[in-house]
Amino acid sequence: MRFFEYESRKIVAKAGIPTSPHGFATSPQEARRIAQDIGAPTVIKSQVLTGGRMKAGGVKFADTPGEAAAHAEEILALEIDGHVPRGVLVDSRVAVKQEYYAGVTWDGTRKKPVMIFSPMGGIDIEEVAETHPDKVGRKHLSNLREAADFEAKEVIASTGVTGRPLQRITPILARLARLFSEYDMTLAEINPLAELEDGSFVAVDAHMDMENEARPRQKALLAELGVGDEETRQAREATEFELAGEAVDAQDHRGVAGNVTEFDGDLGLVIGAGGGSLTLFDAVRAHGGRPANYCEIGGNPSVAKACGLAKLVLSKPGVDKIAVMMSIVSNTRVDIVARGVIKACVELGHDPAEKIAIFRIPGAWEEEGFKILEAYGVPYADRSVSLNEAARRAVANV
Amino acid sequence: MSILIDASTTFIVQGITGREAVNLTRECLDYGAGAKVVGGVTPGRLGRDVHGVPVFDTVAQAVEAHGAPIDGSVVTVPPAFTKDAVLEAIANGIKLVVIVTERIPRRDVAQMVEFADAHGARIIGPNCLGIIVPDVIKMGGIGGPAKNAAQAYTPGLVGVISRSGGMTTEMSSTLSAAGLGQSTAVSIGGDAIIGSTYAELMPLFEADAQTEAIVIYTEPGGRMEAQLAAWTLENDSRLPIVAFMAGRFMDEMPGMSFGHAGTIVEGKEDTATEKIARLAAAGITVAERIEDIPDLVKQGIAERKGAAV
Repeated sequence: MRFFEYESRKIVAKAGIPTSPHGFATSPQEARRIAQDIGAPTVIKSQVLTGGRMKAGGVKFADTPGEAAAHAEEILALEIDGHVPRGVLVDSRVAVKQEYYAGVTWDGTRKKPVMIFSPMGGIDIEEVAETHPDKVGRKHLSNLREAADFEAKEVIASTGVTGRPLQRITPILARLARLFSEYDMTLAEINPLAELEDGSFVAVDAHMDMENEARPRQKALLAELGVGDEETRQAREATEFELAGEAVDAQDHRGVAGNVTEFDGDLGLVIGAGGGSLTLFDAVRAHGGRPANYCEIGGNPSVAKACGLAKLVLSKPGVDKIAVMMSIVSNTRVDIVARGVIKACVELGHDPAEKIAIFRIPGAWEEEGFKILEAYGVPYADRSVSLNEAARRAVANV
Repeated sequence: MSILIDASTTFIVQGITGREAVNLTRECLDYGAGAKVVGGVTPGRLGRDVHGVPVFDTVAQAVEAHGAPIDGSVVTVPPAFTKDAVLEAIANGIKLVVIVTERIPRRDVAQMVEFADAHGARIIGPNCLGIIVPDVIKMGGIGGPAKNAAQAYTPGLVGVISRSGGMTTEMSSTLSAAGLGQSTAVSIGGDAIIGSTYAELMPLFEADAQTEAIVIYTEPGGRMEAQLAAWTLENDSRLPIVAFMAGRFMDEMPGMSFGHAGTIVEGKEDTATEKIARLAAAGITVAERIEDIPDLVKQGIAERKGAAV
């Protein structure tokens, strides 16, 4: 999950890394007050979870508190990439001597965190890595002990930085590496890290991403930042349909029938499991089908859950039929899913034979499942019919 | 032959008294020659038994009762306790740990892997269904109940490696139906960081005389496929590889994760399109559809044999 810049700055400050004086505002009045407190020229920055703020007009410079308020009013009303800003950050315009880059992320191949540092900050680090590879230092960190200051020092020194800047940046990068681990980040980045005219260093922008799986054990930090459980921070906000899918999945603890994502097609999908859903969604599209949704069933859900998911999909405006398809199941029971989806059709007053374009779930308890499907005249297929062929039949049957 | 496990492999199940673990134990005992499940561990449940398997409070007790080192462990405990369970297994001399649990934060996985490396142990998973050697042994829930596993998996010459547990079975079943059995099938797990990647398992298959070809299931997210492509180019492997890439639609939806936690695309190298190009450039055949895989495997084997003559 991604943090807003104003949250990332709090995390950075909490770790003992100085940041430029700033404040978070949700109204022009607040922005004016913060600018007055800063008592110097400011930058007003839109707080959205997307890149390209500058280009979109979401970053503006103000010389007076009045100007800060006016810019804040404009930026608060400016949607960027479909994101409505959470607020604005009123930042002091510091006199920068040089911009640096400091970051920590995962190297999935080496299975270790990697510290990255460059004396060329303020721009995209991947670009610097391509144009000036000698100006980017990297070092992998141990998972079994805390990052040490000397490791940060080595990375910084490897880029040719020495003297006071080396001394000043070393604890900043080391602290960043330690907060990366402590808070289960997948990315902790300060860009730019600014060297001011007086020789001090401050974080002028920060970007933090935390791993979703770590949310349960990072409750204290999330509470401190005021991030509630309902804030998923996905690339886009959950739709009503998707929230209803979550409610279906949450009704009991038996298996999964959820992970619903809304699309705008006419073919409802009740599909699984993880890899099967990905394969089937691709196959439906390859045959010219237009899915109304993505979802996943797995881990042996109850009849009620399978029924709830099928009902939700069947009730979606524009959906005519559903295709019920999974890769061969081992622990999910075919008969239970069959019962669930048939029940959904019947309770909504539909004929299952009409509404279910195809049922292709082979595996555990398939004899029992196929018997039920036959009794209701639902077209079904066993494992001799591939996922791809099942998807083709589903599309042809809409 | 096989990789990782064979008929003589002994293992324990950590978290054995959980509902899914009880089923998994039954399945492993029933399948093939019957797995040597020599114990189970659930703290506080010493003295119970699960399908005749004795339950202990600690791994050390299980090892002591067995009277000899134990080869492996299947770990199926809640995410918050998984790291400790895995460290306990490795600290007690276990060399192969299959982690079933999902939703474990990356930091914990990375710590377990580094600890395993330092102790000469190997981790499969997390978020996986384990390993199966058709008709011989299975370690984990892979393939489900013995009857169902026997229906999908047959002995043969294809090594299967998959980021999806269910798709391991789907692909193996497709191979079996076409007369191509499997030497060993490994569900490696769907997370961003896992104990054993494709490239890390390839040397084992390379050394296994029974294996003549490799089939892999891949997804967007992560650099595992790039690592395999690099391995293939650096090592003059005797094994043809056929890959299937699911989740191509995700390329249009950056920042979203579908299917498994590891599918989150964090850089442009992680997309399906980019991965397909990399695999193909390394001489790996990328199948458009699963039903095409058996013929591509047969072609691959025939070409290698032709080249060797």
